[in-house]
Amino acid sequence: MAEVNLRKVIKRYDEVEAVRGIDLDIADHEFVVLVGPSGCGKSTTLRMIAGLEDISGGDILIGGDVVNDVPPKDRDIAMVFQNYALYPHMTVAENMSFGLRLKRYPKAEIKSRIDEAARMLDIVELVDRKPKQLSGGQRQRVAMGRAIVRNPKVFLFDEPLSNLDAKLRVQMRIEIKKVHQKVRTTTVYVTHDQVEAMTLADRVVVMNHGRIEQIGTPTELYHHPATRFVASFIGSPAMNFIPCQLEDAAGKPQVRISDKIAFPLPAARAARYQKIPRTDKLLLGIRPEHITEASAHSEPGVESFDAVLDVTEPMGMETLIYFTLQGAQVCGRVNPNAGAQDGAPLRLAVDLNNMHLLNEVTGAVL
Amino acid sequence: MSTLTIDKAGPTRKVKYGSMSRDRAWALRWSYFFLILFAIFSLVPPLYMLITSLKSSAEISAATNPWWVFHPTLSNYIELLTSNQFLRFFWNSAMVAIIVVTITMLISVPAAFALARMKFWGSATLATGVFLTYLIPDSLLFLPLFKMLVLVGNWTGIQLINRWYVLLFIYPTLTVPFCTWIMIGYFASIPKELDEAAIIDGASWFQTLTRIFIPVALPGLIAATIFAFTVSWAQFLYPLVFTTSTDQLVLPVGIITTLIKGDVFNWGQIMTGALLGAAPPLIIYAFLMDYYIAGLTAGATKG
Repeated sequence: MAEVNLRKVIKRYDEVEAVRGIDLDIADHEFVVLVGPSGCGKSTTLRMIAGLEDISGGDILIGGDVVNDVPPKDRDIAMVFQNYALYPHMTVAENMSFGLRLKRYPKAEIKSRIDEAARMLDIVELVDRKPKQLSGGQRQRVAMGRAIVRNPKVFLFDEPLSNLDAKLRVQMRIEIKKVHQKVRTTTVYVTHDQVEAMTLADRVVVMNHGRIEQIGTPTELYHHPATRFVASFIGSPAMNFIPCQLEDAAGKPQVRISDKIAFPLPAARAARYQKIPRTDKLLLGIRPEHITEASAHSEPGVESFDAVLDVTEPMGMETLIYFTLQGAQVCGRVNPNAGAQDGAPLRLAVDLNNMHLLNEVTGAVL
Repeated sequence: MSTLTIDKAGPTRKVKYGSMSRDRAWALRWSYFFLILFAIFSLVPPLYMLITSLKSSAEISAATNPWWVFHPTLSNYIELLTSNQFLRFFWNSAMVAIIVVTITMLISVPAAFALARMKFWGSATLATGVFLTYLIPDSLLFLPLFKMLVLVGNWTGIQLINRWYVLLFIYPTLTVPFCTWIMIGYFASIPKELDEAAIIDGASWFQTLTRIFIPVALPGLIAATIFAFTVSWAQFLYPLVFTTSTDQLVLPVGIITTLIKGDVFNWGQIMTGALLGAAPPLIIYAFLMDYYIAGLTAGATKG
């Protein structure tokens, strides 16, 4: 087990820069998830750590050693691929032991490692089967088993759950978390699914256009996004962005949405946003769970307003509502008994204690 | 399997599937029609050969029904199989075919692996180039090849012309490009992640080839083997040009040159020789086809 460090790592394909100089320090035992839309450079970064792609600039360190020119087999890493990449002509046991057999481990040692991994992944009865005889979830377990038996310094996962159906994905997510709790191997995990990232990671690295947008724990990213991209990428349904301006009414700052709607800022927010020029074009960032039906008694920082709903989506435990404010589609989450109906008006409340203000031009969260 | 689905489908869907199965039935009828037509077309000549091979020379030249054997005899078979000359042809053919197949596989499998997987400068052009060489017909190549071998003989004193083993150098010009091309296709169809997994597992390029690629692409390997064997066994022009002495001849040329004496055609023995010559490829097809299909479907069913 070891830490992984990326120093100004660059990947260039001819003229295109896929990864534009990223710095990342992954601690020993840590589970780090690289997340971002397709083409953001997350898979390329993982493949550079694995040694499957050359790096065009910078340094990659595994366990403190620069591995830029070290071939994959000498990096002591194990990788789990999206399409499992099991050897189709070998049984499960042979698949798992292939790496150990190449390194000429003693037979007894190989057997005990396979038994242990098979027990951990609950695939003991499958060890004599061929990959074709396994379901998708079972194949993914075998692929993980193949990584575990090697007992490597680092686990690399490249979108391992993308080929599974939704239900199995949730199940395997928990399995992966359990395995990591047991073996505690440093793990780098790539996914485009922010839910996977949030649920699995000790720390999430959000990437976009070959750069790191933000690094943080799942809750940090959720509550304190640094940019509009992170704010909109993390969380589902996504954060709402409503065009607005800051103004002072009787010495107190307030957010003006439209001629009719303006919300006075709570004291903590007012202090924080004091220095923002009042002429800047801003966006009010507010998560759907902070727009709910108005309640009878008022709370500090919670302001109510009227809206006409465009669409409602009953989810059972809650109802998602969609309405338009200043040309922006806004999503809220209301109690299923709040009486939300398509096309009907509803009095709503917005919790400004959890608001964000963004610069519309730069996308920075202020 | 499909009939089960039809049974389970509701009454409205049944109509839809019913029309599909009617289409299918017609497609099947047409397939059978053309398959049977083709089977007759290709099986009549060997049948005629078999009939003729069982006749004596007298019966062949007699004006009786050519499709029936009135006095069956095995004399043609006995004569050929006891003739040292014929056995010599057979031996030469077998040696040439086996060694050429071996040489071809030893060259084209690693070549295909390199062209399919190791992206090096000009690999794509080279892959196309390999196939283009196959497109040049042997009737165009045999004269330059002959000249080259004569030159080699003059320079080095190693006489290759009119030796059966000269064919070991000539045939791979036909077999290697095509087999390489087939194997490039098979190797290219193997997911990239499979060799990446092997590389991470610690396999060298050679181990990736021998322990992952060759087993996974076995059906392709067998197809290439069958092709190389068929080409070497049935090639006519090259042995006709490069070998002349009767003890150096291979089967196809041997039968023609020794059993046709001037304008006298020994039809019975020619047919027998051709039939016997066709036997080894048939046996190999039958054996390898089973293996080929087994390779394609291995592990596809639960069990």
